Amino acid sequence: MMLASTANDLFWMSRYVERAESIARILGAARRISDVPQVIGGETNEWTSALAAAGQLHAFTATGRAPDEESVFAYLAFDEANPSSIKSCVAMARQNARSVRPALTTETWEAINSAYLEFRDIERAGGSRRQRQDFLRWVLDVSLRVSGTAFRNMLRDERYWFTRLGFYIERADNTARILDVKYHLLLPEHADIGGSLDYYQWAAILRSVSALTAYHWVYRQALKPWLIADLLILREEMPRSLASCYDNITTFLDELALAYGRQGPAQRAARATHSRLANTRTDDVFKQGLHEFLSDFLAENNRLGTAIAEQYNLI
Amino acid sequence: MAGVMGKTAKGSEPIGSGKPFDEMNGFDGECREAYRALKDWLEETPTDLLDQRKLEAEALFRRSGITFAVYGDKDAEERLIPYDLIPRVLSGAEWNRLSEGLTQRVQAINALIVDLYSKAEILKAGIIPEELIYANPAFRPEMIGIAIPGNVPVPIAGIDIVRVDADDFYVLEDNARTPSGVSYMLDNREVTHLLFPDLLGRNRVQPVERYADELLAVLESLKPVNSSGDTTIVVLTPGSYNSAFYEHSFLADKLGVELVEGRDLFVRDDILYMRTTQGPKRVDVVYRRVDDDFLDPLTFRPDSMLGVPGLFSCYRAGTVTLANAVGTGISDDKAIYSYMPEIVRFYTGADPLLHNVPTWRCREPEALAYVLDHLGELVVKEVHGSGGYGMLVGPASTQAERAAFSEKLKKQPDNFIAQPTLALSTCPTYVDGCIAPRHVDLRPFVLTGASGTRIVPGGLTRVALREGSLVVNSSQGGGTKDTWVLEE
Amino acid sequence: MHLKLQHTTRYTYETPVRGVVQMLRLTPRPYDGLHVVRWRIDVDHDATLKPSEDSFGNIVHSFCAEGPLDALTVTVEGEVLTEDTSGILHGTQERLPLGLYLRQTPLTTADRTIADFARDAADGRDRLDALHALMAALSDRMTFDVDVTHVHTTADEAFADAKGVCQDFAHIFIAAARSLKFPARYVSGYMRQSDGREHYEAGHGWAEVHVPGVGWIGFDPTNAICATDAYIRVAIGLDYLDASPVRGVRTGGAHETLDVSIQVQHGASQQ
Repeated sequence: MMLASTANDLFWMSRYVERAESIARILGAARRISDVPQVIGGETNEWTSALAAAGQLHAFTATGRAPDEESVFAYLAFDEANPSSIKSCVAMARQNARSVRPALTTETWEAINSAYLEFRDIERAGGSRRQRQDFLRWVLDVSLRVSGTAFRNMLRDERYWFTRLGFYIERADNTARILDVKYHLLLPEHADIGGSLDYYQWAAILRSVSALTAYHWVYRQALKPWLIADLLILREEMPRSLASCYDNITTFLDELALAYGRQGPAQRAARATHSRLANTRTDDVFKQGLHEFLSDFLAENNRLGTAIAEQYNLI
Repeated sequence: MAGVMGKTAKGSEPIGSGKPFDEMNGFDGECREAYRALKDWLEETPTDLLDQRKLEAEALFRRSGITFAVYGDKDAEERLIPYDLIPRVLSGAEWNRLSEGLTQRVQAINALIVDLYSKAEILKAGIIPEELIYANPAFRPEMIGIAIPGNVPVPIAGIDIVRVDADDFYVLEDNARTPSGVSYMLDNREVTHLLFPDLLGRNRVQPVERYADELLAVLESLKPVNSSGDTTIVVLTPGSYNSAFYEHSFLADKLGVELVEGRDLFVRDDILYMRTTQGPKRVDVVYRRVDDDFLDPLTFRPDSMLGVPGLFSCYRAGTVTLANAVGTGISDDKAIYSYMPEIVRFYTGADPLLHNVPTWRCREPEALAYVLDHLGELVVKEVHGSGGYGMLVGPASTQAERAAFSEKLKKQPDNFIAQPTLALSTCPTYVDGCIAPRHVDLRPFVLTGASGTRIVPGGLTRVALREGSLVVNSSQGGGTKDTWVLEE
Repeated sequence: MHLKLQHTTRYTYETPVRGVVQMLRLTPRPYDGLHVVRWRIDVDHDATLKPSEDSFGNIVHSFCAEGPLDALTVTVEGEVLTEDTSGILHGTQERLPLGLYLRQTPLTTADRTIADFARDAADGRDRLDALHALMAALSDRMTFDVDVTHVHTTADEAFADAKGVCQDFAHIFIAAARSLKFPARYVSGYMRQSDGREHYEAGHGWAEVHVPGVGWIGFDPTNAICATDAYIRVAIGLDYLDASPVRGVRTGGAHETLDVSIQVQHGASQQ
């Protein structure tokens, strides 16, 4: 038995930390591509894609600013008015954590609280490219600390399970979104016309989900768009793949069901998505249409979040 | 600063001489027994070590989020209460005397509140003027006739104590509403453990750590008449934006109970429940840190979003215990305070062991005339005020301030009391690289359950960090110290 | 007088509410001047109406309706026999000390102007005369106006505007009486106007003042008379908030619209 609002705070605390990490990775990948010489780089604007991958393109456009490195970085990293900026995510994660402090281990609380306190100093340090690079690394480090302390020290009970559920639902959402923004680059027919730019783009996708090395270990060949899709959607051994996220989500939902002696719509929905991912082959994905597949998935993942909230009174 | 003469509760000798009493060095500069080991340690410890420890302590407080929100100060949304490294020391014998006095006083306060909301014998006996109670907004008519679980409306009290010499303890203020600060008592001890591990052992200091266990036992002993089988306790907080949220969360953690906000609770058919991931769970005892006004919008302030609609009906129906009960703030009122010696005698049949600071009630014409004539020497306080706001410290005031204050006084004399300026005792305090005497007070926490009163040996020592200042309130820049009670 | 009452309150919500909790002070407690023939409260939704009492001795019903709800109706139907006692009350339940009714509340604080007004109106007169003079002066000074004030308007605000509804009249009268050291309280209930009108848009509110040697007396400053047998006295308190017929909280939903219809009729068998 736990307070529903505690479960809610734990769930969202993890979501915000994971979201901060994801935005940091997206920014890092965008930087890398924007460093590619214009000759190869062509006309695409990486910063617009970064905004789209973070789900912030509309909101940013509404501010009337030009999508260059300076302003996109400012918007996604530091803008308090943007509820999904890294800064807002850290502040909200800390707010959630503060509300449920007794439910966290000291280490996890201190990891989040220190991040919140350090943020101000880092922000004050200014915005050279070098400092931005350090900042992104710092964000990944914070996420690692929060996750790591939770993984190492939390009691394996409902508190832990809700924490992990938020984490994996957010992660699945981010991976699907990153893929969806670049889906046209991953279509098989693209492989033939792809030039060096595509290669950079593919590498960037993998990098933004920290999977470039994993790709080589799994496939032992040059980057192929359909293999990238395969890795990030269907491979359970790949920690950021949709299949892996759902493997974890079903596990934690099952733990809850077992502990509470009751299962409900959330368990059924998660299992359905999990087994669909397990029974799908890359060909099927492309036959259905990559974009359509990902849109469906994003909607399903969203519905699962709602189902969990309803079933466990998270409100 | 100059201490000012006044009549004491005992007779006519002055309270505090011109020179304040120093708890380490007394009046004459000779180290007092209880401080001997500490003084040696201070002498052998280089100040750069103290500086380093001070930084470590601050980092520790900040990292663990031990902060205090200050209203109306946006930049300092979460501020640290300055922690002073040098502990304050009481001997076992001093503590025993103090503790006996506190027990007596808190038992009288509990008896007073039970009486005021039932037979009101003390009013019938003419001890306190009726209008001081009934016209007082802290007195809650809603409480009249309700059976208070265990007859203990004030399970948790914080009594503010000051001393002016080696012998006498004075009560400055009673806090029977929702006294705060106990987390600092426990955290300050924890920090001492971390920073000066050897020092505690060398001094045979009585532990304070069992406070949470005592509190839990007290709350369990006061379960409602119509309770469910097992006693479920929660801590009710106004939320994470409240200035004392850290303490609420800290207490819930130490008690091992849920920390809830109003929105986590709801009432069905006069039974209180909390919303859990597995549906409603009944709640029996609410240690509430939400003020009376905001507890239940159906009974108290209708615009409150912090409380639980119907909570007070549960209390009436005897299905839930509120700790503290509603309407206990009446005994915190400074006009009631002035009657405390008589109150103690009325309910305990014995003379009070702790002194009251002599108090002029400005509602009485002769007293008012005296106060107006002596504004420069007195401390004038609002009767319902707290936190050190709305008061005039005569000796520290300007002519213009006194003139303005005397207008206020004449307009609403009922609203004020006056007291002599006490020469509060000082303790050695580490300020700006040196050790200097600073004025202190002490708030011990007094717990009362169905089977009696318990006090953990210690309390929260607040220290006025500015030289000569007598204002120790954390909302006005005061700091805190670890408070040691030595084994006898 | 034999009076029949029908009081319907209908709440409509533009977007459905998740739940409604209410506390109703809609049931009169009998005393010498009022006999309850029958009385019934109803809520058009699955909810238990739980009766209890508050510290003033008022009969309170609370209920909790779980949504989603897009409307909610509370109906009161009753029949009482009343007697004209020139406003003097006998046989009421007195649970609270008299001294308590001298207390100022935020809604009934007498500022300097009210206190001066009360003193001038009383002009050294004795007890009852002083109160009657006060009621007359107040009635001269104030204009009944439903558009100026709201439920949170305080006595001094309404007094400064010299306009208000029965609640404001009563609050000012109470504040003024207390400033003259008379214990005073708020009464909520119903009244039948002397013009024989049967339909009303709101309940009524008036005051009771305690006069030594006489007891509690009902004063209706809005109509400048003492309470008669045309009044149905339902609940009392220090001010409107304590005696309020309905106090409630809803969760969720937006834009509540409120329709109140009140009918006070002579009973079939006239006395």
